[in-house]
Amino acid sequence: MDQYTLNLLMVGASFALYIGIAIWSRAGSTAEFYAASQGVHPVTNGMATAADWMSAASFISMAGLIAGVGYANSTYLMGWTGGYVLLALLLAPYLRKFGKFTVPQFIGDRFYSNTARLVGVVCLIIISVTYVIGQMTGAGVAFSRFLEVQVSTGLWIASAVVFAYAVLGGMKGITYTQVAQYVVLIVAYTIPAIFISLQLTGNALPPLGLFGTHTESGLPLLQKLDAVVTDLGFTAYTAQGSMLNMTLFTLSLMIGTAGLPHVIIRFFTVPKVADARWSAGWALVFIALLYLTAPAVGAMARLNIIDTIYPKGTQAESVLYEERADWMKTWEKTGLIKYEDKNGDGRIQLYNDKAAGFAATAEQRGWKGNELTINNDILVLANPEIAQLPGWVIGLIAAGGLAAALSTAAGLLLAISSAISHDLIKCQLKPDISEKGELLAARISMAGAILVATLLGLNPPGFAAQTVALAFGLAAATIFPVLMMGIFSKRMNSAGAIVGMLVGLITTCVYLFTYLGWFFIPGTNLLENVPANYMFGIPPSAFGPIGALLNFAAAYAVSSVTAAPPKDVQDLVESIRVPRGAGSAVAH
Amino acid sequence: MDDKSSSNSYWKANIRIIWICMAIWTTVSYGFGILLRPALSGIKVGGSDLGFWFAQQGSILVFIALIFGYAIYMNKIDREFGVDEN
Repeated sequence: MDQYTLNLLMVGASFALYIGIAIWSRAGSTAEFYAASQGVHPVTNGMATAADWMSAASFISMAGLIAGVGYANSTYLMGWTGGYVLLALLLAPYLRKFGKFTVPQFIGDRFYSNTARLVGVVCLIIISVTYVIGQMTGAGVAFSRFLEVQVSTGLWIASAVVFAYAVLGGMKGITYTQVAQYVVLIVAYTIPAIFISLQLTGNALPPLGLFGTHTESGLPLLQKLDAVVTDLGFTAYTAQGSMLNMTLFTLSLMIGTAGLPHVIIRFFTVPKVADARWSAGWALVFIALLYLTAPAVGAMARLNIIDTIYPKGTQAESVLYEERADWMKTWEKTGLIKYEDKNGDGRIQLYNDKAAGFAATAEQRGWKGNELTINNDILVLANPEIAQLPGWVIGLIAAGGLAAALSTAAGLLLAISSAISHDLIKCQLKPDISEKGELLAARISMAGAILVATLLGLNPPGFAAQTVALAFGLAAATIFPVLMMGIFSKRMNSAGAIVGMLVGLITTCVYLFTYLGWFFIPGTNLLENVPANYMFGIPPSAFGPIGALLNFAAAYAVSSVTAAPPKDVQDLVESIRVPRGAGSAVAH
Repeated sequence: MDDKSSSNSYWKANIRIIWICMAIWTTVSYGFGILLRPALSGIKVGGSDLGFWFAQQGSILVFIALIFGYAIYMNKIDREFGVDEN
């Protein structure tokens, strides 16, 4: 059986499983569509949250970003896990006690204002759509590989599948499907990692292998990696990064995680306040299984790639293009690997042609520029092929990547559709809308969001994980501060919250759009996206905490000169702070 | 943080444990993982140093411990202050 058929079989089987579960637990009412009737056990919910959370960015993209840079990109690892601590300690239990279904609902009620709710809806939509673009990019890469088509075709296929899939079910369907997706994605991620760790270090546990010994050379793996990458002019894998950027970017991802509406929504679906606390812990346990494996995958893949291109060592001649590995041939079809023989020697030279200090060495070796560009986003998917693992493992990873992208896209689309159909239409524009009408509106808004995300995904503002990182910056600057002030400050009033959200949203959007183009449309950026142009050297992706700070500052300033919130709102804050009396969530 | 109700002491205890957890959270990630890495570079961990380990694995493990620790502690004080759900 050839690889193409095997891929189709693996992906097909996983899809059949999800669709089966979706049909079995199909949502009938709006309550089930949004929040799975609160009958979800914390461990189950933790697993579903993990699937919801770990998207194409975590699965497909993150290890590639770590591989490319090394230590400095540890920010993704710390940022995307550390946010759960904020969520568990600062938000989840209180929002569960509040007992409604959506984030704008909390904002609207706590700040006794439809304007606040509306601003919340706008923030939520901008965050979630940006996030979906990242998922589409990742899913597009996965489809393009296993169907062996161009990446843009892959993207359209992905968008059709997400449409069919997300519009079918609601939260209830999604919860159990996501448990299945978690299992598929974690198995798909760890199996190749275990194989590769065994090949390189003899240790079956990839996180230990990373700090273990490279069997072939007898050196510690990380030392060996440092040696080969510096031989090719790259910065050492474990080299120090910029502390300011790392700190701000990690902070942006952490605060952003705690402000993501589709993640917060999950904590509405546990039976009790105490369960909301446990649930966040379980979610992080399941997430950590992948996040502890990812840095090992990144480091080992980097070593393997260099090894396939310089089979006789980095000091010797590189491989002839005609004799290149099979994985390069298959990935060339997607357009995500490109080769150009700049010095006409028929060999592939992969090195850092931007390092001034390496130019002399390159010239001496007769190199006229780096000849191979590998898109970071293919690394995890190509990993089993690079390590020459059996065909079924390659098929499995395609299924896993799609599971990650689909589960997150579905969760995001649900958050978008509930914000539009429930918080906007039902609560503000047309209160007398029927349940059927509301569900229809929810499905139409999902379709609209998919279309926008696909169009923008054709020219994404970055690799999947980088695009997603922008969504985190936005969430950090808007949703997280307003929720936190709503819980921890009884004095915070509607004027403060509204101004705070707007300040956070506008400053962050303007900063992002200045470098990445208005609404991420390529070519419309005012300034080139290079470090020399950044304000105080802060890259757009790390602006989140600054936006959050401006949000907090503006909110406190405005709130201190306007009237305190009414008594019933202060009582509401009082009541969400203690677990006792948490009933099940209600829609109105 | 400006609460004056009867559950004042419960809320105070909660805020205190949150501060403690946040201090640990900051120390392992921003401290050991980023800012203090050069200072800790003398401590070697399998081919690299302690800061690298904290940035890539250690902080994640501490985060998990923090969340479960907080959940256990809060369940305990929920009962002590009689504000639990049962």
